[in-house]
Amino acid sequence: MLKRERLSGHNELIGFNDAVLPHMDAAYNLARWLTRNDHDAEDVVQEASLRAFKYWAGLSHRDSRSWLLAIVRNTFYTWLRQRSPEVPRRSDGEVDDVDVETPNPEIAAIREADREMLKSALEDLPIEFREAIVLREMEGLSYKEIADIADVPIGTVMSRLARGRKRLQATLMHQGVRS
Amino acid sequence: MTCEETQNLLDPYVDGELDWSSNLAIESHLQGCPLCSCVLASLKVLVSVMQRGAPKFKAPLHLKSTVLSGIERANPAVRHSFVDWRWVTLAASIIVIAALSWLVATRTAKPSLETQLIGDIVSNHVRSLMADHLTDVSSSDTHNVKPWFAEKLDYSPPAKDLSVQGFPLLGGRMDYLENRPVAVLVYQRNQHLINLFVWPATERTPESRFALRGYNLIHWGKSGTTYWLISDLNPEELTEFASLLKD
Repeated sequence: MLKRERLSGHNELIGFNDAVLPHMDAAYNLARWLTRNDHDAEDVVQEASLRAFKYWAGLSHRDSRSWLLAIVRNTFYTWLRQRSPEVPRRSDGEVDDVDVETPNPEIAAIREADREMLKSALEDLPIEFREAIVLREMEGLSYKEIADIADVPIGTVMSRLARGRKRLQATLMHQGVRS
Repeated sequence: MTCEETQNLLDPYVDGELDWSSNLAIESHLQGCPLCSCVLASLKVLVSVMQRGAPKFKAPLHLKSTVLSGIERANPAVRHSFVDWRWVTLAASIIVIAALSWLVATRTAKPSLETQLIGDIVSNHVRSLMADHLTDVSSSDTHNVKPWFAEKLDYSPPAKDLSVQGFPLLGGRMDYLENRPVAVLVYQRNQHLINLFVWPATERTPESRFALRGYNLIHWGKSGTTYWLISDLNPEELTEFASLLKD
């Protein structure tokens, strides 16, 4: 009696639940690396989810992770423009909270000091390099997927990754990180 | 290929983004060039360090529910449009399947209540799969599950052992429906999970079926108990399961 073809609002929420919410960690990770703090990352993810839900109907066949990440990214840039009159917040000036997530065994094997060094090296990268590296190394996305999310040509993704990595190498070499 | 050309392509090479012929060209250059090999080695170390060592942030536990309630607040239609749409479909169904009019009539008498209930059951089912909260008591032994419910409810739900028939019991949990705590028995059929919601009800209801958002539901009421089965299992096997429960 109840047919599936036409999604009602309630059903949309369930579909959204199933397809989009599993990617909350990826969304938050990207937002956290872009904003460089927990509170703003949560705000960006919430705002992005509202937008995502608005455009959700009819878009159920696409890759929901890339789609959500693209929305998170756009939301972040809107948010950044809105607050741009302010002096950009520096991560080193803030009480940068210690990550509370459970470390996985691999990460735990790397010394805490090295992790901190990696974190700050990545945080200090220009934002377009940072987002390319986060999407590539942490989400394992292809150049094509990153290009779609960032709305730039694949060649740009390639050069941003290469230049971002060179900068990271320079910073880490300078600070003498041991892997 | 020169050293410069090679080094320009080392990133996509490491990322597996180059075509076959460029890969070959790079590999043949690397064989004779210690400098580029060294650059490659250091790039590989960096990539592996970033992948393993840079912190990956997990969404805080409350974020999902904050997001969901934000969506519900911003979209009041999320709940209401469900009812409206149901009316439309129902009207069409009455015309098409007038032969089953008595069944439809029982439903038209209280569409909003039942619609709401079906929506709630589907939500509870989805939530039980998502939130890693399938069972409060995990046991395939009905003698463990029954007493667990007895401590928490004023009624005793049937917990049939149907493992021989291919529907092993996984356990039970408490859920909330119709403003009351209800018992849920969780069964499995191959890879499909089945939730059976059970609570006391006086009326006797004939069996009725629904399909919503990819889930099949079967409902019936007898001997002072109302039953709602829900699963993504196909209708045939779910019907078989329902008749086993009724036996």
